[in-house]
Amino acid sequence: MFDLLLYLKVFFVGGFICSIAQVLIIKTKITSARILVMFVVLGVFLEGVGVFDYLVQFAESGVTIPILGFGKALAEGAILGAQESGLIGVFTGGLTKTAGGIAAAVAFAYLFAIIFDARTKKNM
Amino acid sequence: MNKNERNARYNAYVESKIPKTHNFPSLFYAFIIGGIICVLGQTIKDTLLSIFDTMTPQEASNWASIGLIFLASLLTGLGVFDDIGAIAGAGTIVPITGFSNSIASSALDFKREGIIFGMCSKMFIVAGPVIVNGVVASIVVGLIYLIIEAF
Amino acid sequence: MENKQTIFFKNKPTIISSYSIAGPKESYSVFAPYFDLVLKDDLWDCDSYELAERKMLEHVIFNAIERAKLQPKEIDALICGDLLNQIISSSFAARRFDVTYIGLFGACSTMAESLAVGACLVDAGYFDNVACATASHFSSVERQFRMPLELGNQRPPTAQWTVTGGGCSVLSNKGIGPQITMATFGKVVDFNVTDANNMGAAMAPSAMTTMLVHFQNTKTTPDDYDLIVTGDLGKLGAEILIDLMEYNGYKLGQNYIDCGHCIYTNEQNTFMGGSGCGCSAVMLNSYILQKMREKVYNKVLFIATGALLSTTSSFQGESIPGIAHAIVLENKR
Repeated sequence: MFDLLLYLKVFFVGGFICSIAQVLIIKTKITSARILVMFVVLGVFLEGVGVFDYLVQFAESGVTIPILGFGKALAEGAILGAQESGLIGVFTGGLTKTAGGIAAAVAFAYLFAIIFDARTKKNM
Repeated sequence: MNKNERNARYNAYVESKIPKTHNFPSLFYAFIIGGIICVLGQTIKDTLLSIFDTMTPQEASNWASIGLIFLASLLTGLGVFDDIGAIAGAGTIVPITGFSNSIASSALDFKREGIIFGMCSKMFIVAGPVIVNGVVASIVVGLIYLIIEAF
Repeated sequence: MENKQTIFFKNKPTIISSYSIAGPKESYSVFAPYFDLVLKDDLWDCDSYELAERKMLEHVIFNAIERAKLQPKEIDALICGDLLNQIISSSFAARRFDVTYIGLFGACSTMAESLAVGACLVDAGYFDNVACATASHFSSVERQFRMPLELGNQRPPTAQWTVTGGGCSVLSNKGIGPQITMATFGKVVDFNVTDANNMGAAMAPSAMTTMLVHFQNTKTTPDDYDLIVTGDLGKLGAEILIDLMEYNGYKLGQNYIDCGHCIYTNEQNTFMGGSGCGCSAVMLNSYILQKMREKVYNKVLFIATGALLSTTSSFQGESIPGIAHAIVLENKR
């Protein structure tokens, strides 16, 4: 079953989040690294106050694929860890939940850095 | 005119001289490409869910992230990602692809300085702050949760 | 009123030969026909961009000396600088030549600085032949000062593109060619510009300061020169300099060009144009000196500007100090 409405929501919400970041980059000279940090912390915050699950229900990948989702997963993991095993869970939960993404990014970066070389930006 | 006053006047003047960029096209590209990447993630997730009956939505969305991370690293290695990024701006930076690109591009760039002290140690020069801040913030959230639970 | 910043050379050291090299992106420049060698691949069969930059530097020095019909051992001093930390390209390139080496750091002002220093040494009679060279490479500079090459970020509209290229001039106390008649060494000027992506604005005040001192000390005006060339202010920086000079009562007219502004074409999306040591070095050692030899220009004021920042100072939020050195090139009447 293909849910067109869901896909439209994913597209527009995902696009909207990216264009907010783009406005910030253009208007404020904030570097992209800082934007990412802001969005991750925002994701953690939204999950912490319990809003993020509603966003996920509404737009699924539209909010989880942007780096907000990484923040959400960290906070979700920390809260789950706290529920299950108390204080130690606060420390282990976040990274456990996001370990897949970080490990994948590191592994693929390692692999492709061995295979390829960095090139000069092209004439555009 | 003292120096501070002169500098302030000069900087205000420079600010007025900076050419105004056309914001709309870059916003448009960021929106479209950012949206497409999210749709791609959703497609991977839904396809996996329809093929594997036993897979949970959580697992599927993890696979979707890993799929996009793979794609972004590959495009970075092929030298295509920076060209897309030059057009899309935040459209490729904000999705998980940007996180992946920042790690892969640093790894590629510092390969010449050696595998250990170059590639491996410099891998997180851009992505490091994201992980650090995210982890610290999540621990704070977890602690607050514990404190609230205690009462 | 007169201060000691300007030196009037009595013996007028001559630029007896020059050689320039440029990268693939620069090959689209309108000045490309004047470049002595244009690389098709900016890695130039080297393992890294730093090695490629060093190879370019070695190549321009070697060929400029050869073109002057001299042997490397007849060169009394090699005066050289570049943008990489601890000027490794220059020092490592000098390793290949059995020549006295004077390393300079003047950021993008290196070409003018090395020629000015070289002219002093030759004019005073200490040295007979001196080679002055510099080079820069987009990718090595980008790696050092900014972000990884493959990072998918956008360049801000005030950004400039580091020129891949280099140049070498051989100065001598005899021979024929354009002569260096005056030099004005600059002071470090800082108008509190902190945006490392807006080098033109950071360097324009230093160009203005040096230019004003030069005009006052030499009792000349912009109209006395066939060509006034600044190094790598870029489009924005050049416009700012024109405004600043007008504010001080000098009008820079049709005879004023900026190497950074004109080295790339508009279609190349470099925004404000070129920058880097190589920018002014390539232009001076190709187009400008060639046109002087053809007597199209007979009196040229060459001012190269440099932004003296480092990544550390940028991250610590410090403003960007600028420097500008000027030399006057004249054909013998």
